[in-house]
Amino acid sequence: MANMAQAIRMALHYGERNLGVTEIFGEDVGPPLGGVFTATQGLEKAWNSPLDERGIIGAALGLAWAGGRPVAEIQFVDYIFNVIDMLKLAANSHWGSGGRYKTPMVVMTPTGSGIHGSMYHSHSFDSMATKLHGMKVVCPSTPIDAYGLMIAAIKSDDPVLFLKPKALLRAKGEELIPGEPADEKLLHGMIDAPLGDRAKWKAKWPKLTDYTVEIGKAKIAQAGTDATVVTHGRMAPICLDVARRFAAEGRGAVEVLDLRSLIPYDWEAIKDSVKKTGRVVFINEETEITNFAEHLIRRLVDECFYELKVRPRLLAGKAVPGIGLSPNLEYFTQPQTKDVERAISELLADPA
Amino acid sequence: MPIAKPAAADFYKKLGAAKLLKIHALMVRARLLEERFIKMSKGGDGFFWIGGPGEEAFNVPLGLQVKKGHGVNFDFLHLHYRSAAIVLAMGAPPIDALRQMRSVATDPYSKGRNFVNHYAIPELNVVPISPTIETQYATSIGTGIAQARAQTDAITIVNGGDAGTAEGDFHSCLVWANRPALPLPILIVVVNNGYGISTTVGTQHGERNISDWAKVFPDMPGKTINGNDVAESWAALEEAFAYIRKNRKPYLLEARCSRLYGHSSSSGANRISEADCVALLEKAMADRGLASAADFKKTWGREAQALDAAHQQVKTEPFPAVETIWEDVFADGLPPSYPTKGGS
Repeated sequence: MANMAQAIRMALHYGERNLGVTEIFGEDVGPPLGGVFTATQGLEKAWNSPLDERGIIGAALGLAWAGGRPVAEIQFVDYIFNVIDMLKLAANSHWGSGGRYKTPMVVMTPTGSGIHGSMYHSHSFDSMATKLHGMKVVCPSTPIDAYGLMIAAIKSDDPVLFLKPKALLRAKGEELIPGEPADEKLLHGMIDAPLGDRAKWKAKWPKLTDYTVEIGKAKIAQAGTDATVVTHGRMAPICLDVARRFAAEGRGAVEVLDLRSLIPYDWEAIKDSVKKTGRVVFINEETEITNFAEHLIRRLVDECFYELKVRPRLLAGKAVPGIGLSPNLEYFTQPQTKDVERAISELLADPA
Repeated sequence: MPIAKPAAADFYKKLGAAKLLKIHALMVRARLLEERFIKMSKGGDGFFWIGGPGEEAFNVPLGLQVKKGHGVNFDFLHLHYRSAAIVLAMGAPPIDALRQMRSVATDPYSKGRNFVNHYAIPELNVVPISPTIETQYATSIGTGIAQARAQTDAITIVNGGDAGTAEGDFHSCLVWANRPALPLPILIVVVNNGYGISTTVGTQHGERNISDWAKVFPDMPGKTINGNDVAESWAALEEAFAYIRKNRKPYLLEARCSRLYGHSSSSGANRISEADCVALLEKAMADRGLASAADFKKTWGREAQALDAAHQQVKTEPFPAVETIWEDVFADGLPPSYPTKGGS
């Protein structure tokens, strides 16, 4: 099975061949490296930019206004903070121009913790991104969803922020991407750049086909009737593992809802699941204060108060200025498997 | 005594009476429009005003030399809020700017959402103007790339002020436009009016000329001109346009202009005693026998009458309905479950 980096790479290749993507760029995005996480290796339209995030987003905006469908990368989401006003410009230009200028651009960037990235390679931007009204925000947790969401993002006439959970970029999926060879080694030989001299290397792409995950649609990663977990990105596979274990051990049927899109979010899916279970915990690796899930909790209280059997809960990152390098510090700051287990156990045990 | 420099004086005759009268009329149109905005702002017929009275001698020649149209085969413009004379010279009707000033529903540039002089005209490749300072220099990189890839003589023009050149976006533009991997056909314009709001440029900038930034790039010409002089502006722009169209490389042009009504309505928008480029043009033309005071008077009267009529029309037009805030949030419409209550 392809990993997420390979899946994104294949989607971008599908985009450059079939969807009018003419520019894929950012720091170290082009050869020889093909991206610090290898997500742009072998692409025909990938090129290296100056080390200048504002120029990268500005270039994407101009390309979009000129009729293109650019894909730009900010190397780590930790570097995106100095371009917030450029992202705001991307998000508000359609509205601000009275609908006269569409801005079809994709900004992809690795987000979140899990690679011992210390203070500036572990940030989450999810909640801040949801405040850029007019921008769509997606965050996959599996390679197949990464493939389908990237294709959807490229097709979108709105700017789309594509958050890549960096801890999952090497994680393999459970489903084949349409056109992906079943043999992992074969895929590796076709699309992964060799170590050493890559000057003459060219990718041999499998025959890929369209597969679109609609932006704004969540996925029930596991169905359940006793409690709902609403999650996304890096926390989604952790929540799924715990839910599967709970089911296998007879500790409860936990429904795991993988949002996949933060803006727009799938409110109907959240509401339907909570109405079914009456118990919900939101789990993500953003910090606790002004967490995006707090908005969802408030809306649930407003609209589903009488369907809730117990108080809705949040499991999130600790609200400190950064994520410490020492594993002790990181694991205490960010939700880990044991924290997810505890949160779900407490949710199930909470007397109605 | 002729006002223009000797070298530019010849260029007045080269431009000729007909073209100069056209330029003059557009400069008058822009000046009257800006002064009307100021009156509207002060009279409660609009809110904040910011604009470019004093820049007409440079901006009108710029607008007239643009290759107008839509798409990569025509020039792209990344302007700022002092660029009214450019879009008027390109054919934008004054009534639409009045609509934006009054923030009525018929405002074609923003549906009553943005400040005056914030144009967005896709049919003329005028990309959305933002109140943010200097971001246009970053976005110009993108249309520049698109035009560098295309087989075209079209170019990108970016326009901003002197104070904003302290921002990184100005330097991003310089670096990206001069990338050896792909030089960009961008006319990088800085209109230097000597101020950033209330702060004089001389107290914050040690550069002799802003155009001196061009000197570090081997293939980018840089020039500083008197932007209050129509002939000098026209000639410099003609040279810059020709260079970029042919060589597909950037050009940095600094135009020193007056700022006749201060920064904006926030600083009072009162007339300031600086050189008036419209008066300078009238004198230059009269001195050369290219037009008379009667010609100028006729133009002022005609433009004022047309503006009055447009303003009266705009006063009859409705303000935007409140529900329109939900339009254009996304290009494909608002999802049905999008939160729209503004709270609980």
